[in-house]
Amino acid sequence: MDVRSQMSMVFHLDKCLGCHTCTVACKNIWTDRKGAEYMWWNNVETKPGTGYPTKWEDQEIYKGGWEKSGSGIELRGAGKRKGLLNIFHNPNLPVIDDYYEPFTYKYLDLIESPLQDVQPVARPVSLITGKPIDIKMGPNWDDDLSGTPDFARKDPNLKNLSPAEQEAMFQLEKMALYYLPRICNHCLNPACVASCPSGAIYKRGEDGVVLIDQTKCRAWRMCVTACPYKKTYYNWSTGKSEKCLLCFPRIEAGIAPACMHSCVGRIRYLGVMLYDADMIEKAASSDDKDLINSHLNIYLDPHDPKVIAAAKANGVADSTIAAAQASPIYKFVKEWKIALPLHAEFRTLPNLFYVPPLLPVMASVSEQEKSSTPQLNPIAKNWDDKWLYDTSLDSIFGTIDDLRMPLKYMANMFSAGNEDLIADKLKKLMAIRIYRRHKTVGDISAEKSATALRNVNLTEAQAEAIYNLTSLAKFEERFVIPAAHREQAIEMIESTADVKGSTGFGFLAKPARGL
Amino acid sequence: MSWIKDIVDPQARQWEEFYRNRFQHDKIVRSTHGVNCTGSCSWQVHVKDGIVVWETQQLDYPLLESSLPPYEPRGCQRGISFSWYLYSPVRIKYPLIRGVLLDAYREEKQKANGDPMLAWANLQANKEKRKSYQKARGKGGFRRTSWDEVNEIMSIANIYTAKKHGPDRVIGFSPIPAMSMLSYASGQRFLQLFGGVNLSFYDWYCDLPPSFPEIWGEQTDVAESADWYNAKMVVDIGANLNMTRTPDAHFFAESRHNGTKTVVCAPDFSMVSKFADQWVPLHAGSDGAFWMAITHVLLKEFYVDKQVPYFIDYLKKYSDTPFLVKIEKDGSAHKAGKLLRANELEEFKDIENGDWKFIQIDDKSGSFVVPKGSVGHRWDKQETGKWNTKLENSIDNKEYDPKLTIIDKKDDVLLVSLDEFGLDNKALRGVPVKYVTTTSGEKVAVTTTFDLLLAQYGVGRGLEGAYPKDYSDKNAAYTPAWQEIFTGVDAKTIINIAREWGNTGEITEGKCMVIVGAGINQWYHQNLMYRAASMALIFVGAIGKNGGGMNHYVGQEKLAPVDSWGTIATGKDWGGATRLQQGPLWHYMHTDQYRYDGLTSKYNAVPDNEMTKNHMADDIFKSVRMGWMPHYPQFKTNTLDLSKEAIKSGAKDDKAITQYVLESLKNKKLEYSIADPDAEENFPRVWYIWRGNAIGGSMKGQEYALRHYLGTDDSIIAQDQTRTKEVKWHEKAPTGKMDLIIDLNFRMDSSALYSDIVLPSASWYEKADINSTDMHSFIHPLSEAVPPCWESKTDWEIFSNIAKHTSEVAKTHLPGVHKDIYTSALAHDSEDEIAQTDMKDWYKGECEAIPGKTMHKISVVERDYTKIYEKFITLGETARTAGVGAHGNKVDIKEQYDEMLESYHYPTETIDGKKYPSLKKDVSAINAILHLSSLTNGKLSVQAYENAEKKTGLVLADIAAGQKDVHYNYANLQESPKRYNMSPVWSGLMEEGRAYSAFTYNVEKMVPWRTLTGRQHTYLDHDMYFGFGEHLPTYKPSPKPEVFGDLTETMKTNTAKVLSCLTPHGKWHIHSTYMDNPRMLSLSRGKEPCWISEADAKEMNIHDNDWVEVINDNGIYATRAVVSSRIPKGVCIVYHTIERTLGAPISQERKGKRTGGNNSITRVRLKPNLLAGGYGQFTYHMNYWGPVAVNRDAHVIIKKMTEVII
Repeated sequence: MDVRSQMSMVFHLDKCLGCHTCTVACKNIWTDRKGAEYMWWNNVETKPGTGYPTKWEDQEIYKGGWEKSGSGIELRGAGKRKGLLNIFHNPNLPVIDDYYEPFTYKYLDLIESPLQDVQPVARPVSLITGKPIDIKMGPNWDDDLSGTPDFARKDPNLKNLSPAEQEAMFQLEKMALYYLPRICNHCLNPACVASCPSGAIYKRGEDGVVLIDQTKCRAWRMCVTACPYKKTYYNWSTGKSEKCLLCFPRIEAGIAPACMHSCVGRIRYLGVMLYDADMIEKAASSDDKDLINSHLNIYLDPHDPKVIAAAKANGVADSTIAAAQASPIYKFVKEWKIALPLHAEFRTLPNLFYVPPLLPVMASVSEQEKSSTPQLNPIAKNWDDKWLYDTSLDSIFGTIDDLRMPLKYMANMFSAGNEDLIADKLKKLMAIRIYRRHKTVGDISAEKSATALRNVNLTEAQAEAIYNLTSLAKFEERFVIPAAHREQAIEMIESTADVKGSTGFGFLAKPARGL
Repeated sequence: MSWIKDIVDPQARQWEEFYRNRFQHDKIVRSTHGVNCTGSCSWQVHVKDGIVVWETQQLDYPLLESSLPPYEPRGCQRGISFSWYLYSPVRIKYPLIRGVLLDAYREEKQKANGDPMLAWANLQANKEKRKSYQKARGKGGFRRTSWDEVNEIMSIANIYTAKKHGPDRVIGFSPIPAMSMLSYASGQRFLQLFGGVNLSFYDWYCDLPPSFPEIWGEQTDVAESADWYNAKMVVDIGANLNMTRTPDAHFFAESRHNGTKTVVCAPDFSMVSKFADQWVPLHAGSDGAFWMAITHVLLKEFYVDKQVPYFIDYLKKYSDTPFLVKIEKDGSAHKAGKLLRANELEEFKDIENGDWKFIQIDDKSGSFVVPKGSVGHRWDKQETGKWNTKLENSIDNKEYDPKLTIIDKKDDVLLVSLDEFGLDNKALRGVPVKYVTTTSGEKVAVTTTFDLLLAQYGVGRGLEGAYPKDYSDKNAAYTPAWQEIFTGVDAKTIINIAREWGNTGEITEGKCMVIVGAGINQWYHQNLMYRAASMALIFVGAIGKNGGGMNHYVGQEKLAPVDSWGTIATGKDWGGATRLQQGPLWHYMHTDQYRYDGLTSKYNAVPDNEMTKNHMADDIFKSVRMGWMPHYPQFKTNTLDLSKEAIKSGAKDDKAITQYVLESLKNKKLEYSIADPDAEENFPRVWYIWRGNAIGGSMKGQEYALRHYLGTDDSIIAQDQTRTKEVKWHEKAPTGKMDLIIDLNFRMDSSALYSDIVLPSASWYEKADINSTDMHSFIHPLSEAVPPCWESKTDWEIFSNIAKHTSEVAKTHLPGVHKDIYTSALAHDSEDEIAQTDMKDWYKGECEAIPGKTMHKISVVERDYTKIYEKFITLGETARTAGVGAHGNKVDIKEQYDEMLESYHYPTETIDGKKYPSLKKDVSAINAILHLSSLTNGKLSVQAYENAEKKTGLVLADIAAGQKDVHYNYANLQESPKRYNMSPVWSGLMEEGRAYSAFTYNVEKMVPWRTLTGRQHTYLDHDMYFGFGEHLPTYKPSPKPEVFGDLTETMKTNTAKVLSCLTPHGKWHIHSTYMDNPRMLSLSRGKEPCWISEADAKEMNIHDNDWVEVINDNGIYATRAVVSSRIPKGVCIVYHTIERTLGAPISQERKGKRTGGNNSITRVRLKPNLLAGGYGQFTYHMNYWGPVAVNRDAHVIIKKMTEVII
């Protein structure tokens, strides 16, 4: 048992507002500069939709992640082996059209325009060429089902759904949408690390954060291809690739990453997971149907004395073990089992887990008999459609079977196609609502409430705990950040007695350009 | 696992400082955004190397009750992108002026030997030159100038206008004081000390819900967002919480996990729909029908089929339903009449204010009762302390039990005629009545309001008449089957929701909540939709309950310390009179939109009578002379000259001057400006705009403003409609009414682009100010993270300087003390509420002209223009003597005022040897507001409740006992979020961390609502309401495009498909702010597009991202199309507000014209009955009452552009 600690995350999609505050928080601090304009280390996607870069989930196009090869696995696209053969030509890289050409407007024209015959306007210009641009794509182009025919209807997750099932997802009575916020998964089996010919990408030993060394990166861009989540980006100005840092300078200071700090939906949770590094290879190589289980098995019970002893033996600090024991991630993923990884089939063993969303119940539509409709007031607007929409229900919240959005679709995202696994999570969320309704209103009987909990193997105490962490949790319960012990890191380089007085002095030199 | 590199070695990781260095910063400053988003979020503004680098949310809100989720973090994608503006290329760095104007002015000044006054006078007299700089408005050609030069031009224009036309031609527009109270106060204080006019905004933005004053006598009072969590069933209508209440939406999401049922009604699959248990896609604008049917089921199943003690008890205590209403003969049938007045009964005929007290029946004795708490009791002089809603007879203080229905004790059943406007039916339905003999000897039939309501809602109790057979009766209002015709929603859904609503209300005692927003409030018949929903709340006892209520969130209207702030903002501390103009009717008249409107009865379903045949403009004229609504300018004659004229004719004192003015009005020698708005003498002349996008985002009928206010290009093709009768009609409408338009701004928005002078103002991270909202119960500071950038100044400093220069100019050009004649409308929360029992028009000789009674008020105010600056920077003594107050509450502040003079901690100014508290610096003014408000100074909170005790005869001061030592100053607010005190100025109780919920004060303490009966009004018995058929809750259909008249000219040359154009609040902007920043533009589509359904797009051959023109008679705008499956057929959505400044192409349809914004296709249309005045809750107060500028019923055609020239 090789026990290590890993910063992990849960995003509670049922609570996500789709507001993108996380995105901007990240952008403002990290990627608001030349060459980084198109980088969105954190982004939020509308589902159904094709995301950013467009269709990133389709590895037929991008060849990201791992694939099974015999008893083991190998990188689907640019590996060190495949990559070196192809080092000057990487055919699977997303191109600018898969992202978008970053743009701004020529605002100064409004202030400096001479007197004209018509009102001056600011024109859009490319941030790459500086020339006028016809905006055709953006990092969030299909937000809220924008451009449904060209995007949502081409979502790679629609695979296995019949044409009729797909069509239903865009009809009044069955349509819905939800949001998928994404950052780097800081995977246990990161394809980016494996793919880098320069050895510039590594996982930090103390917290598992995956970083690209800006002094070592040589712009091979193999990581861009290898990451199936498309969360590494090439900076065309510095010639280095960059990616989400999990805000390590903030974590080291004991504060939550910017995207999590700023999450107004309060959907994000961050905490330590202890895991057994010896189990990684086997888990990543397991059969499709066992993938999720074997992935989740890597994470260890932080209360288990054996785990604690092994962790200590590996140099994991007591403060980290204590943080792992209080980790909200452990609760959601392991104890309550209501969060799942995104696209486990990419086999990178991601450390970001999602609680799937409840959605409105389906309705039915019948034709209104207009012939029997009385004559309207001559002033009145007459809607010439004929539908009559019925969303009435037998029980107050409906049931999981009534929900909009096919389970098959969600299963393609979160459970490598296993619908039962998704249904299980949604049933748990619903059971907790039923239980709390019973407690707070009482129009659902004690018996019904108990049955609902029993059916999903939850005790009342667990239901209360899930409810508390879902709805009432305070900041410090959502983000349990272990001490960084920076003093120990510094001690390995210089005398800590000198550090306090010399910290921050020095000249900042830009790292040399990569290419 | 050779490929996984776990690196611990710090040596190898020293490069990590690359990112650590970026994160290092020098300080964090607390500020917020003043943007009318209702957020009022507390932010950490990060400063590094003297530059604002980014912002993240503060996390230090105090927790409320332990059963509620925390507030943190508050802030959204827009707020967090604000720091871009500080250093952006769109920033206004220096004072700018249009070159054409500057050249013309300098030329005239040279000709006048450097005399600026003569130069300005000559420039204004030169029609050609005036026209040429007006024509140049909005077309570029700005020049950088100096503060000295613009201050000269502005101050000259001010004094010139006061002298030539009158001070009430100098106008100011700034919206939503709560978002930056002091900045708002700066311009208003200057203008009110000057005698100028401030335009209202809440009604102009159509954020004011007139149903609130109609039902509750309140502008708006709602729950803070934490209280959503207390609800057990929520129906959200037209409020896209994720998008528009972003920092608060989590309470909604989280409540579901606590067992709350959620229903969302929205025509599109809006973002909040994802949180719904049931999404109900009603046809756009049919929400009124939905709620009428819900209430039909509620009344049937929870009042008739069974009786719920909680509901009945609630109605008896807190609603007008037990009051008696007269049933009058109407031809062969009967009709609902006015409430029975106490003085109509012999036994009560001599009681004080007997016209304004009403009657119930005691269920036990069967005798008549005059309940306490009516508006008459509020203004009683002889016997006070009876303004409360205890169930006691005001005559003998004895307890009684209100009789809700007289069905078991009826004398007769009369067939009452009830209008149903959806199908245009009149139904005769039996209503139980009792007969009473009135003082006039008449035998009069009366019933209870409750009985009348059951008839209106079509809930039969075995009574005769045209009651619906059952729920499936399509022909009869307001059954679940009937509503299907309008909503497209199956009756089964209605019955299902209504039952859950009733059950939840019964079990939880009122934890049913409606959350509602602009999506509903901006329809023409918004008041009726809101009333319909509010009835469903009242009938389950959900108003004034935590977890219940009608929670309307449209506009950041809640300015918490309104009592002291109001005094400082309006200059009342110097005893002046305030010219506060109702905005919608002002713009309707002065932009000449009335000419294009014609009769409202074309599109408003109304009964046929004399009242409904008038032109809206004529109704407005009437409302002004009746004292219902204010209007400035007041008279064709300059009010400063008018007093001279009076004195010349022999008037010796102010009283005589007033008499002279009254006589001149009576004999019609003195003309109202409203009677001839297009005469040159009546033009508004100088317009100050600050903190708002008056010409862009908020200008309904934008193209009309461009034509008639500005005199520049427009793309209107609408034609004149029905002529006015009383308001003088000019054959040709004037264009270019305004002499000078000044905009204070930190960015070049549409308003700045079209103004003559643009002044650089400090942004929200560069100044001190305070901010509050109704979404939470804290007051937040704005702080100076960095000093004002470039040459920008705070609004407080800018207006202080304008005051200084104006006073200087006055020393030469307008010296001495002037008497200004001042007229004002009858005012809410004053005795004016009991002024007019009927609508007799003195102007037509129907009654005597009595100022303050049958007409507006007239008074004389002294103005010394040389002293405006001195007054601006000091707190005048009138505040000390008169106290401060709001909403009918007053506090005495002598002690606090004197403390400001004596304490070293408050700066003072000495003027003519006398010491005053100083308001010179922004922080001093903020501290004055906080020191003198009952919300932030505990001693005053206690005093305010003690005063409330006197009027009500209730024990109330204990509410404030625990807050006595709370006393905040600006520095305290900067330390951490502070929850404000409870005060009778507001209606929520917040003890021990309890969430604020409106009207809990009224319900728990038995304090009356500020209405006629002191109860919640289901019934509105003003004559205007009878006239327009809105005395009972009802449904009026949305007008079809043919009658609404937006497309009359357009369809002469086009055959395109007509779409209903909805303009809800969007995701990437707060109104027009933020949308122009690259962050929001990148995350959206680089522009605010027009959303259309897949089906309509196919039919029109429009593809995603095509350029389209959105067209109607009012104007045009061009944008990109977004094709989406979440949009219903027949509807297009453009999230407002589109700026004209960003990439708007040249129009193909209106050749050569620059396309506009979404306001280019709107036009103001007003509802006449909202003009009513001098009658209980129907009494004017700025932003409280009057017609609102709706914009939701607009229709357009959409055309694909084949050639795009930007």
